[in-house]
Parts: sequence; C-alpha cells; structure tokens
Amino acid sequence: MYRYDEFDHDYVRARVSEFRDQTQRRIDGALTEDEYKPLRLMNGLYLQLHAYMLRVAIPYGTLSSRQMRTLATIAERWDEGYGHFTTRQNIQYNWTKLTDVGDILDALADVEMHAIQTSGNCIRNVTADHFAGAAADEIEDPRPTAELIRQWSTAHPEFAFLPRKFKVAVTGSPNDRAVTKAHDIGLRMVRGEGGAPGYEVIVGGGLGRTPMIGKVMRDFLPKDHLLPYLEAILRVYNLHGRRDNKYKARIKILVHETGIDDMRAQVEAEFERQMREEGGPVVAPDPEQVARIEAYFAPPALADLPERSETLETAMAEDAALARWVETNVAAHRAPGHAIVTVAVKGTGEAPGDATTAQMRALADLGERYSHDELRISHEQNVILPHVRKDDLPGVFAALRKAGLATANAGLITDIIACPGLDYCALATARSIPVAQDLSRRFAAPDRAKAIGEFTIKISGCINACGHHHVGHVGILGLEKSGIENYQITLGGDHTETMAIGERAGPGISAEEVGPAIERLVDAYLDVREDEGERFIDTYRRLGAEPFKAALYAAA
Amino acid sequence: MPRDFKPKIVSANDLFRGDVVYMNSGGGWTRRLAEAAIAHTAEEGETLMARAAPQQDRVVGPYLADVALDDDGRPFPTHFREKFRTRGPSTRPDLGKQAAHPERREPLAASGGI
Repeated sequence: MYRYDEFDHDYVRARVSEFRDQTQRRIDGALTEDEYKPLRLMNGLYLQLHAYMLRVAIPYGTLSSRQMRTLATIAERWDEGYGHFTTRQNIQYNWTKLTDVGDILDALADVEMHAIQTSGNCIRNVTADHFAGAAADEIEDPRPTAELIRQWSTAHPEFAFLPRKFKVAVTGSPNDRAVTKAHDIGLRMVRGEGGAPGYEVIVGGGLGRTPMIGKVMRDFLPKDHLLPYLEAILRVYNLHGRRDNKYKARIKILVHETGIDDMRAQVEAEFERQMREEGGPVVAPDPEQVARIEAYFAPPALADLPERSETLETAMAEDAALARWVETNVAAHRAPGHAIVTVAVKGTGEAPGDATTAQMRALADLGERYSHDELRISHEQNVILPHVRKDDLPGVFAALRKAGLATANAGLITDIIACPGLDYCALATARSIPVAQDLSRRFAAPDRAKAIGEFTIKISGCINACGHHHVGHVGILGLEKSGIENYQITLGGDHTETMAIGERAGPGISAEEVGPAIERLVDAYLDVREDEGERFIDTYRRLGAEPFKAALYAAA
Repeated sequence: MPRDFKPKIVSANDLFRGDVVYMNSGGGWTRRLAEAAIAHTAEEGETLMARAAPQQDRVVGPYLADVALDDDGRPFPTHFREKFRTRGPSTRPDLGKQAAHPERREPLAASGGI
C-alpha cells in the first residue's frame, strides 16, 4: 500500500491548515459564501439537504485496517455513527458540522488520507478494479498506475479549473470491474508485442444527462508514455471543452462533437510535441519514482497452500449458509488456497453502502486478521477482503454474521447500487434508497435470488446518474413529475467490458409501482430464459425489450 | 392575497450545522417551519429575502419556498423536497429534525411515499 513521503505529509497538513483558515474567515465574515463555496468544494465539503456532507477520498478504493478504524472514529465522534461508501470508492459523512471539518481533516491526515479533489472541476479520485492485486484474471496490478496518476493529478496547476469534473478509472484485467468505459478516461491493461503490458486508452465515456460509451483513442500505449499521453488528452480538453454550457462541458461531449478521429489527431499531435521536447516530456516520471511506487504495491507474502481447502469443504458440508455465501461472495484469487471476499454492505432492507461505526471496526479487524491488513471499497458499494486463506473463510463468515454483514448476494439481484437520492442530496429529484430497500426485501429469499442469477439493478435519484442506472441490467431513475416522485425504468444496460447503455422501457411509474413492476419483469425473465445459465442480460439481448416492457406495464 | 400568488417562506441552511432553518417574523431564524414568517404577496417575499441577504454570517443559500396554510394559518410545505427538509431522511427517522420532534413524523402522502 502506498505510504506518504515527507512531501505528501507536509502538503496534506498544509492544506488542512489552509482550509481551517479559510473556514475561520468565512465564519468571521471575511469571505462571502460565494467566495468560500469553491474553497470548501475543493476540500470535499458539500452542503446537502439537511447538513454539510464531507466526501473523503479512498484512492483506488484501497485502505488499511488502521485507515478503516479512523473512518469509524470519524463517524462516531463527529457524525451520526455511520458512513456511506459511494460508487466512486469514496466515503461520505452526511452530518458534518462546519466547525468540525478541520479536526476531521487532521484525523484523516494522521492516517494519510484527505478529501482534496473530491469535488470541483478537477481530476477526481482515481478509481480501480477492487480486486486489484488479487484477481486470478489480472495482467498486472492497476494500482501503481492509479497512484502515479494520483500524484500527477493532485494539485496539477494546469488542470485545477477544467471545463468540468474529470474521472479516471484503471483496470488490470480483461474482465472490467472498474466501469472503465463510463469514465472520462478509462485505462485497460493489455499486452503489446512481445507481451509487455501497456494500456488501451478509452476516452469520452460517461453517464449522467448524456450517457456515452467511451471510445478507444489508443489500442496500445506503452506504460512509460502514460503521463505525457494523459497530459495531451487533458490539454486538448482544457483548450476545447465547452465552458459555455455546463451540460455540454464534459469531455464526452467534446469527443462526440469533434469525432474520435479528429480528437485523436489533436491528442497525438500534442503527445508528439511533448515527446520531441529536449530532455523528454516534462511529465515523464523518474523510473526510480515509478519503482518506488510499484514497491509499495508488492504482493503480500502469501502462504504456499493447496488450491483445495479441506477445512472449508468440511465446514461448507455442515453449514448450508456458509456454502451459499462462499458460492456468491467469494471470488477466485491468483494464489492457490486463497480467495477474494466481497462483503455485502447492503443487508436486506438496508441502505446500499451505509456502514455503521461497529461494522467498519469489524471490517478493520477482519482485514487485519485475515487479509494482510488490506481492504477495498468497490464501486458496487461493498467492501472487499482481497487476500483471505480459504481455510479462514468459515471464521470470516462467522465474524461477518456477528456484524450483520454476511448477506450472500454479491452479483445477485439484491446487490443493488443506489445513490443517496433525495433523502440526502441537494441535487436529487427523487429518493433512491427506499426503492433499493423495497426491492431488497422483495427478493430477499436466498433460493429465489440464486434462481434469478446474475442481475444488476442500479438506482439514481436524478439525471446525474451517481447510481449508474444507465448501465444496470435494470436501471431506475428517480425524477419529479407534477410534484410527485416518478421513476423511469431502463433495460439492457451493462457495466462491464461489453458495456451497453440501457434503453428506456416506457413512461415513468410511481414509487409504489416500482417493486411490483420489477417483480413482474423478473417473473417474465424466468419464464422465457432458455435455461438457468442464461443471464437476464443474455435473454434481453436474445429477445429484445418487448417481453419485458409488456411485463413491466402489465396491469397489476 | 393575490389569487395567483402562493404563500412563501424563506428557507436556508444554518452556517455552522448546515441544518434547515426558516426566517421568523423578527428577521431571525428558527428551526421550526410553524414559526416561519409568511409572505402573502410577491412584495412581502422580496422584503423577506432582502432581510435574509445580509445574514451570511448565520445562514447559507436563503430562498423562497412555496407553502400552503392550514386552517390556523400555519405553513406546511407543498413540495415533497421541502417536506423532507422539514423532517430529515425518510429512511432514518432517528436523524434530522424528525428525531428531535418525533410527533412531526406525519406520512408523506402527497409525495407518493414508499
């Protein structure tokens, strides 16, 4: 895991001190709200419906047990005893008081964390595959790349005031768990000639008001060309991005309006110009620095174990609940005898991504005891224990049960993504969480959920799409219609390497109607699928939307 | 009151806690909607906003919000967003204003609540 150097420590402490001063000047009246607002946003502090909200960055979703314990302490001491893990691998505190923010930021700095660039028109927290460094299908750990980008983009003076916010995601695996095609820049590790790893560079993806699937700008970019190439993309965007219209200011619109070929030509020209600079590109990192970063992400010392764990097999034979949980929430690890555990932070009837202080501490303990002191936050709002011995899975399951975190639903219909929606968010047009809670109760029966199989439901409370509704097999978008909450349903979305934007099924429906409509849709799917192995998305692609539209809008 | 004018109150967020406050008839701020000053005309609304504008040391983002009046002339919100602001998250009745005043947890009928 990356450790701050002296410069990092000094910089973060200086920013906390600066923000304390800015806040005091706001309180004293030296700064107006118009002057203070951009400063607080640069430090992750929003004003929401009921209180201030502080968004804390969890770089590429990776954190240590010590850091998780600090997140728990912040929730306990300065908030309401819980935090909300987001679809960008961050955590949000919903009840922050202005006068506490300095102390919270100092507590974060103690464990090498901060809230810098979690808002504003800058390069935001870089996200990555939550199975990074552990996945069996991985070409290379994407986190050294993500960390390099984090260091390059943090306080980058040229890119502090972009036309609009800018999000980068990195994956090291062909199976895309980082939603790279829905980011301003998505980097997918691929192998070039001779097998050397590099990146496929995807540009101009995004959800929100105008959903776009990212387009390939470079099939293969050598690793050592990464920063000059990113600099070239950002420079072209910074120059030509639509500053005249907030709704057209993201790079996806520029790519769409310019055309990927023209855009590529401009980027490549700027890239070539940098490569011709005397002494090489200014932003080319020192190989020693790159090596230093890579060393921080060296794989943990895993024991040499047989692939099959007799301890686990025996325990599963005796405990059906454990066996079900292992089947759904445990993924293949690259090292024999080890596994990746997905901890569902969305028990039946609970708000997706909300974890209590006690749960965060339980997760920290589990990370320390069973997972080489590492935890991850997934964009699906779950917590990952990336390096667990299979022999230890029964013990992990027992501890998760005690903490109320043992729901066996990873990848199933109740593994729902939902933004905070109108229960918290000042931008929302309708609520998301109650819809997710209702659906999770309707499909809570484990046998039914298992029979339905892989099925993603993603819910957003407004067109900004923090809940990724466009790329859910079923997407639910909460809007307002004539003073009442109204929900549009989209079908056929896909967040993986085969990304697709869901198609709107028809007119919006009322909040009460969402649950019954989704139940009818699922029943229709179970009726028409070819066999148990045909996922909903496969059936949808085979048959089209019509049978599902008919089910959604059938009279109850 | 002019026929086409909907009564309004001034709502804002407290500078320090960030919670919802309403301007009262004295030009100060209250956390109870029932104590909010009501504008019955556009001019009265402008007057209330003019009193709110200089109070940046106490509140953030004051704005006029529509209300309806009950039989006793007390305001209640007409839009579901404003109803949530009088209570707190609908999913956490233990938090926000509703936690301090559980007697105000009336159902959100007009919002099509779940």
